[in-house]
Amino acid sequence: MIEVKNLTKRYGDKRAVNDISFKVEKGEILGFLGPNGAGKSTTMNMLTGYISSTSGQILINGIDILEEPKKAKANIGYLPEIPPLYMDMTVDAYLNFVFDLKKCKLPRKAHLTDVCNLCKISDVRPRLIKNLSKGYKQRVGLAQALINNPPVLILDEPTVGLDPNQIIEIRSLIKKLGKRHTVILSSHILPEIQAVCDRIIIINKGVVAADGTADEIAKNITNEHKMTLRIEGPTHTKTDKEQIVKAIKEISGVKYVRADMEREKGIYDYDVETDGKTDVRRDINKLCFENGWNILMLQLSDLTLEDIFLKITMGESLDVKEEKAEKKPRIKINLMTEAEAKAADEAAADDESDEEKGDEE
Amino acid sequence: MGAIYRREMGSFFTSGLGYVFLTVFYIASGYFFYNDVVKSGLSDTSPMFVSMFIVVIFLIPVLTMRLLSEEKKNRTDQGLLTAPIGLWELVLGKFFAAFTLYVIAESIIFVYAVILRYLGDIVWPSLLGNYFAMLILGAAFIAIGIFISSLTENQMSSAVVSVFIFLVLYAFDDSALDKLNSNSFFSKVFKVGTREKMLDFLSHLSMRSRYTEFTKGVFSLSSIVFFLSIVFLFNFFTVRVLEKKRWA
Repeated sequence: MIEVKNLTKRYGDKRAVNDISFKVEKGEILGFLGPNGAGKSTTMNMLTGYISSTSGQILINGIDILEEPKKAKANIGYLPEIPPLYMDMTVDAYLNFVFDLKKCKLPRKAHLTDVCNLCKISDVRPRLIKNLSKGYKQRVGLAQALINNPPVLILDEPTVGLDPNQIIEIRSLIKKLGKRHTVILSSHILPEIQAVCDRIIIINKGVVAADGTADEIAKNITNEHKMTLRIEGPTHTKTDKEQIVKAIKEISGVKYVRADMEREKGIYDYDVETDGKTDVRRDINKLCFENGWNILMLQLSDLTLEDIFLKITMGESLDVKEEKAEKKPRIKINLMTEAEAKAADEAAADDESDEEKGDEE
Repeated sequence: MGAIYRREMGSFFTSGLGYVFLTVFYIASGYFFYNDVVKSGLSDTSPMFVSMFIVVIFLIPVLTMRLLSEEKKNRTDQGLLTAPIGLWELVLGKFFAAFTLYVIAESIIFVYAVILRYLGDIVWPSLLGNYFAMLILGAAFIAIGIFISSLTENQMSSAVVSVFIFLVLYAFDDSALDKLNSNSFFSKVFKVGTREKMLDFLSHLSMRSRYTEFTKGVFSLSSIVFFLSIVFLFNFFTVRVLEKKRWA
């Protein structure tokens, strides 16, 4: 449905979007996740033909957006970050205008009624847009994108500035739309993406940092071979700590042990990392039993999408196993070495100010 | 194009800008009609049209200043530029909306014609010639105004720059060229032959000279082509500005 190949956008020397490639299949809801200034809006503006790409290709339904813009744009409904509403028009007049603008051939009255019902704006149709609340404005923006039933919907931060109820409403609406449309949605709010999207692309500093379902991404980055233990020793002193660390270290399959904070008086938490092949939980249990220690807690590190997002976007290097990534070719994780990350950080600092400039233009 | 045209027409009247434009236009033209035609006791309407040039200079920017600058400022251009329409449709829709309002304003002339009929005879060829001249002058100014509006996000600066440019075009007539010719610096820089050629070339570009020609009753085809070319050229420039923005 949508195919993006090696998309790059440069503002001067700065690359706002750098060599992004992905495909979206029909009926998929794709979430674009990234911190502010990561290149989400730039990518969406390129997808919709608002700005051109410096290099690379975008195919919408097999039509190149730069070669045949009119044909390609007819397939897209776009809700930009700031909905393109004319404040001096009534909702009804505005939707009629968009209907004409998109040269929609559907029966006017029925189609507009449908769209208004779907977005729940039927009761505000005679009102001036400038008098509507932010939530209603956003919904009118969404209605505008839906006119002419475009097969592709591109929504740039659709829930920004809405109250929690409205957010839930819009989310369920998007889910509903996902049944009939291919949807690309951007956000910097994680739960939102997790709640709505089938697939997630994490963008950071203009590159695709991760691509897959939430679980897939999580699995590949989380360290399933990491766990946290809380063990009570006999003396409740630091000597316990040293003893326990030493003993666990000797279990075969354990790569690394570190005593963490003192969570309860005299009782410490221990971070244990294994080689990923052996399950050491039983061995640890046995060890504790033999020594008369009590295991008060055992928790496998389960990184949430939030952790992953933070890790990826903070440029922290991750311990990802190569063979695992190869097994699932759909998932791509770009990791940076420390030097690269540092360079990218500096570039991004410039990029951000640059992108802001571009936005204001 | 129809959608944009209808929206702009609607917006002229919901924003009140259209009423302001029409009111000021009618008052100013009414004053000049009374002062230049009725009071003089002649049935020749040309003096009124000469004065109207100044009114047009200050009023056309009112029509054109927000046409593209406001779209950019409110980000509504994102809706227009991602819709399946061409840039020419967009620009011409706006152009014809402004032009329609201008025609409505200008057609007050025919009310004056009716008044003149009571007072005496009307020289119809002169009146119609003048009417037509003002129409194409306005069309050219509207195209230029829209072009200036496409360059900025600020309505006010768009209006101020437009007025300034129109004033320069107004000042730029044959007598200005004569002054330039007698300017000692100018005559030192250019040789006698090139100087004449240059002045000749510049005089062909003077909108005011061409407009004055019409008010004198000369209906010249080259002037019509000149004004229509300006209309085309500046609408074309506007399209290029919008296109360039995508590639920047």
